[in-house]
Amino acid sequence: MAKHRGRGIASINYPIGMNLGGDPSQALVHSNPSGKFTVSLSSIDLGQGMKSVTRQICAETLGVPVEDVYVDTADSDTGPHCMGSFASRGTHRVGNAVMAAAKEARGVMMEAAAEELEVNAADLDTDGRGNIHVKGAPHRSISTKDVAIAAQFKQGKTISGRGIFLVPLSEVNPETGEMSPATCYAHACLVAEVEVDDETGEIAMVRMDSAYELGRALNPRLVEQQLVGGAWMGVSHALFETPEPYYPDPAHGPRDFVEYLMPGPGDICPHDIAVLERPAADGPFGAKGPGEMCANPVLPAVANAIFNAVGVRMDELPITPEKVLRAIKAQGGARPQARR
Amino acid sequence: MLELRKDIFADERDDNLKEIGKGTQRQDMLGHVTGTSTYFDDHKLQGMLHLKVLRSPHAHARLRRIDTMEAERSPGVRRIIRGADVPVNLNTLLSLINFGKDDEPSLAVDKVRYKGEPIVAIVADSPREAFEAMAKVRVDYEPLPAVFDVEDALKPGAPVVNDVYPKNTFVYHDVYDHQKLRFGDVERGFAEADHVLEQRYQMSPIEHAPTETNGSIAAPDTNGRYVVYTSTQALFFSLDTSAKILDVPSNTFHFIGGTVGGGFGGKVDTLTEPLAILGAMLTGRPVRYQLGREEEMQFGSPRGAERIYIKDGVMRDGRIVARKIRAYFDSGAYTRLSSYAVVKCVAHLPGPYTIPNVHGDVYCVFTNRTPATAMRGFGVTAMDFALECQMDKLAHLVGMDPMEFRILNAYRDGDMKAHRREAKNTALIECVQVAAEKAKWPLREEVKRMSSRKDGGGSRAAISPTPLEPAPQRAAVSQQRTSYDRAPPATIQQPSPPTPTPPAPPPPRPQAPSPSHGAARFSSVFGTRRR
Repeated sequence: MAKHRGRGIASINYPIGMNLGGDPSQALVHSNPSGKFTVSLSSIDLGQGMKSVTRQICAETLGVPVEDVYVDTADSDTGPHCMGSFASRGTHRVGNAVMAAAKEARGVMMEAAAEELEVNAADLDTDGRGNIHVKGAPHRSISTKDVAIAAQFKQGKTISGRGIFLVPLSEVNPETGEMSPATCYAHACLVAEVEVDDETGEIAMVRMDSAYELGRALNPRLVEQQLVGGAWMGVSHALFETPEPYYPDPAHGPRDFVEYLMPGPGDICPHDIAVLERPAADGPFGAKGPGEMCANPVLPAVANAIFNAVGVRMDELPITPEKVLRAIKAQGGARPQARR
Repeated sequence: MLELRKDIFADERDDNLKEIGKGTQRQDMLGHVTGTSTYFDDHKLQGMLHLKVLRSPHAHARLRRIDTMEAERSPGVRRIIRGADVPVNLNTLLSLINFGKDDEPSLAVDKVRYKGEPIVAIVADSPREAFEAMAKVRVDYEPLPAVFDVEDALKPGAPVVNDVYPKNTFVYHDVYDHQKLRFGDVERGFAEADHVLEQRYQMSPIEHAPTETNGSIAAPDTNGRYVVYTSTQALFFSLDTSAKILDVPSNTFHFIGGTVGGGFGGKVDTLTEPLAILGAMLTGRPVRYQLGREEEMQFGSPRGAERIYIKDGVMRDGRIVARKIRAYFDSGAYTRLSSYAVVKCVAHLPGPYTIPNVHGDVYCVFTNRTPATAMRGFGVTAMDFALECQMDKLAHLVGMDPMEFRILNAYRDGDMKAHRREAKNTALIECVQVAAEKAKWPLREEVKRMSSRKDGGGSRAAISPTPLEPAPQRAAVSQQRTSYDRAPPATIQQPSPPTPTPPAPPPPRPQAPSPSHGAARFSSVFGTRRR
């Protein structure tokens, strides 16, 4: 009786946005008279950081500091239509809508600044710190606050913008399945190392190494939060969770977190992540979306690592100690594969 | 530990940005870490009532009689809601995008089709009084045979789960019980292959397990409007679904949400809003309906199970030449969103690899269990499990390193994908190379030099001759119009007095094109109405 280590890999891609498109999102951006901006949305922040990435996208596009932008979301009386926060669509769809709205608002802001500075708007640029200046002549500048005051009380202009993003709905061919499902794809590869106890069937995660390609990491800390959390959801899916442990027999369903098993703090392992950025042609600053796909490579990588450790193929999820032990017994003991 | 590999694809990016790429602290961080962010359930409204539903103990049963007499007299009970009180007691979520037929009642009327299906809703002064009244509802069930296995459900003579889909499968393109993918000729591929490997994979359901369970609070507002605080993941999706079920214009509702305690796909189904609002309409009081933990675990929709069969043909040198897939999505008793996931799954085949011959048949199957719904990786997660376990077995079969085997078969820019669109902006090879580097997994030099941007297209962009089955005669389009097109309601409901008098008979309305609306329904609120 012994513990055996093994490594397994999996590589995947994942479509961004609702399959086939047809899922619009809108955004409104406007300035108050102090030059502070509000983004109005009806999108949902599930904890993934929706409000933060749209705030950064708006600030970057307007050319103002992020502190000057506030995102107000999910009030159906004030926020324009959004399909919802699912299908890895938040960053890509809503981000693009915010970018379009912010571009329109920037156009008005630059026109208003041009009038104050008595120059052509095309000759102006923002410094990202709250000032608008003549290109090549930074001393000829005006603050966004003064521009907003002038626009509101002197020029009678609204510094505001509207944005929508829609990937037109694709048809599906009934006979061949020909279709345009998505405009861009995220990618990943993950290596899982496990330790399998051939006496109890228990599996311990040893470590994970991964590479995720996301178009653009708009906020690397939020990306890390998604990837680390998502990978653990994958481990949990692979080894612990189900409301129907004897599926398709529906009996013995858990009723609470005592009966519904998930990994605890003692079950976690180191996870080293590399992020690659190959910008998507239609992503906001090239961004795709890390939301859903980060869990996907973990499940097969863990199953493949178990094979490498003890030589059994686990083709049914979740991979419980009972299933592993039965499989090891059926093959007449652990058969560790070539170490890699 | 997170490392940004800025060196890769650097020529495709402008990294000269001011706010993008910075790890700015989230706008809502302080509220979250100090426990002061406002969630839907933080709204404690004066006079708020509590709604609980009686759920079926049977997986499949006819409802002979529902007796609520004693429950209605139970202390604290304000109102008992039955199926007949729901204005449009049949809906399918994707009617908003004109996909599928209405197949699910808010409250069961003639039959229950899964254990846990809501039958009556009780609105009471406290949750405890609602539960006490629930114990006094008498339901006379006639248990019916149930089916739980997706392949059993497809056998002749299997119990019919959902009368709207009598063959126990969602109907695609009005004629097929599955969505097809046909790209090249798999049978010819298998004949040429050095090895053929066929395997079966099974994923059981899983629960979203959010910290905050599904719920909402609805309250009467001025001008006949209702304000709704909700945990939804999709504000307008839930608003428009509620407007359809309650048959009022969408601007009757003011939905407020946006801060949610975990979704993962489990808060799209609009499980609580329509009944909470109906409760508020019928009592004139704020009504809260939140699932308990056991309800969330057992009857809140899970990620559905999938059964997948994969048959691959592979050459001795590691090239996969044919891949044939048959998969069954277990939708449970109603469609919800599984029909959509099937098409997404078909688009995903054969995974991120260039294979000249691919054949897919994916079914959305009805069984007598809790309806499944979206979850992180919807339509793809279980298929990726199956595909990547299969890839490992194939590499083992031909004696190749599993990393190199994936790089060899990986799709590249310019390749033709099985759904007949050119691959662009690909990066699978680079991900495998970087993961290998991080894990200190040795790759041969020539494999390290391969690139997603090189050697794609050409013969890899071709579509091989594809044999097709004869197409059956197509019936007339029976799909309903999108819910946004529905006829305006005949009357606009005002906040109800305790015993509302039926309004004057509404003018005749245009007949809805869907036969699923055929029944005349009686509602104590809205009167008899032709649907």
